[in-house]
Amino acid sequence: MSSPRASGYFRTSYARDQALLDTRTQKIWLGLFSIAACAYPFFAGAFALDLANQVLLTSIGAVALMLLTGYAGQISLGHAGLLAAGAFTTGILFKELAAPFWVTLPASAAVGALIGLLFGLPSLRLRGLYLAVSTLALHFMVIHAGQEYETRRGHSTGVVIDPPAVGGWVLNDPRIWYFVLLAAAAAALLFSLNLLRGRSGRAWRAIHGREAVAEALGINVRAAKLSVFVVSCTLTSVAGCLFAYYRGFVSAEAFSLYLTIQYVAMIIIGGIGSLLGAILGTIFVVLFPYAIEALMAALGLSERLSSLIFAVNYAAFGMAMILFLVFEPQGLAGVWRRTQAWFLLWPFRQKPPGK
Amino acid sequence: MQLAVNIAVLAAIYALISCGYVLIYRVSRVLSLAHGELMMLGAYGLAATASLFSGHPLVAIVASAALALMVGVLVYGVLMWRMTGESVLAAVLATIALGILLRGAMVLFFGTQTRYPLQELGWTNASIAVGDTARISAAGLALVLVTAAVYGGLFLFLRMSRWGIRMRAAGQNPLLAAQRGISLHGVYALAWGLATFTGGMAGMLITCDAGIESTLVTIGLKAFPAALVGGLDSLLGALVGSLVVAGAEVLLIHYVDPLLSDVVPFFVLLAMLVVRPWGLFGTREELDRV
Repeated sequence: MSSPRASGYFRTSYARDQALLDTRTQKIWLGLFSIAACAYPFFAGAFALDLANQVLLTSIGAVALMLLTGYAGQISLGHAGLLAAGAFTTGILFKELAAPFWVTLPASAAVGALIGLLFGLPSLRLRGLYLAVSTLALHFMVIHAGQEYETRRGHSTGVVIDPPAVGGWVLNDPRIWYFVLLAAAAAALLFSLNLLRGRSGRAWRAIHGREAVAEALGINVRAAKLSVFVVSCTLTSVAGCLFAYYRGFVSAEAFSLYLTIQYVAMIIIGGIGSLLGAILGTIFVVLFPYAIEALMAALGLSERLSSLIFAVNYAAFGMAMILFLVFEPQGLAGVWRRTQAWFLLWPFRQKPPGK
Repeated sequence: MQLAVNIAVLAAIYALISCGYVLIYRVSRVLSLAHGELMMLGAYGLAATASLFSGHPLVAIVASAALALMVGVLVYGVLMWRMTGESVLAAVLATIALGILLRGAMVLFFGTQTRYPLQELGWTNASIAVGDTARISAAGLALVLVTAAVYGGLFLFLRMSRWGIRMRAAGQNPLLAAQRGISLHGVYALAWGLATFTGGMAGMLITCDAGIESTLVTIGLKAFPAALVGGLDSLLGALVGSLVVAGAEVLLIHYVDPLLSDVVPFFVLLAMLVVRPWGLFGTREELDRV
């Protein structure tokens, strides 16, 4: 999966080339990272724990969008609508049928897959901008359906959901949530990695490159497009379901166009075409408003601008997005790759010619 | 009768906004999703000049219109020229980012209070009778007239004037146009300037009726389906598309459900995308521009 090392490390078999982890150093780092991730909730305070939970929850959606836009090249501006679909499926099933966790989660996934098919259908005829616009239109439809439900059933401010319970055991401790979300995010990541290194991932990258060539190579372009929409939308919808349970509350207001933009920003800031980028971008975007708040407090501006904090956030976020688009189109993943190369090649600045 | 007047006013609103989308798309193949925010900026510009030149409403209007034109050129000169030749996604995202930046900056500079530029100009919004059963507000009438004037002016400009012909040439084939000595950056900047100018006019006139609120951005976004239904690169299409979308919206709100207001344009948009993605009057271009 990863690029060849500069130090003359060569792979000797296809299986080795496809392995998720191919050097011992990588395995050691992964082990250390897993231990650190598992130990984190026992050292972090309540606030830091909530931040970590948000990052984990959001990363599922970001990874899903990365599959769709970053790898398969299908622009989607309907991501918030998909999250809303999962969250509302959960909310409606819970309110109307008092359905438990193990019913709402698969139901959300099924609804996500169905909507993915629906979102994907325009992609068979439309490309680029027109596709983006059609997903934008679908976003408004889903949100409208949610609002309709809210007003028709008299939950005009939103639907309140109890924390999920398995047997007699209720999931309401943030520390347990952390492990659930960590497992979910890791599963989503592993699932995506596996899809990407297999046949489907190669097909997606091929249709991103050029559709006519992909078709000539024997790839079923329609099937590949629909499959990436279905996979991405299912993952997102599951993330929406988890979001509903984590917040304990579903409301159409939470799924504004701004949320979509935030998700798109995550994959742009992270770096298109990299799962690592999706995660780095998620961390950046989730922590950004808190960083701005801390900065304002440090500058002593927070009292004066306390009612306008959201505006400062908007302006700074727009600025950050523009700066990344203009000066660092490769995103944080590009920065990471450059840093890595710098250390690998040191003391040289670039690869010596002929190697 | 009242319904017909409502449709006319709404269609004028959509038409005045959507010609901005069409201008930018036709000339530079970029979709500007910051149009709603730029409209709002135009409205705030009017409010600002109204208090600056208090007592001279006409001066204030001319000044704010010139300001809108300058802002558009500035947007291209500072940000969008870097996106020339980049992928569609990057350019669209740059406009989205600009929109967010503007939304935050406008709240910071102008506050969150609803402002009424018409009062600040010292005018009142009279209600005028049309026929014997319908009424139209003075601002609504002004909107219809300005839209007609803007479209007439744009048709003449694009057909007759030297710069208008350059703009069409750049839209048809940028490479050839550049080789014939047309300054692409100049033409693109002019397109952004004109689009922001018309959008700013739309913002000013809408807020004369309703006051400056954040819903203006939603109206800007709802006008986009009108542009696409007519065909993203056709001004005539934008006009017809606005009529279609406004008609559908007003009739459905009246006869079915007022809650539908925000989704009707997007229903029409989806239907159009399924049947005829390039719109009623658009050229059937190759839709392969990822």
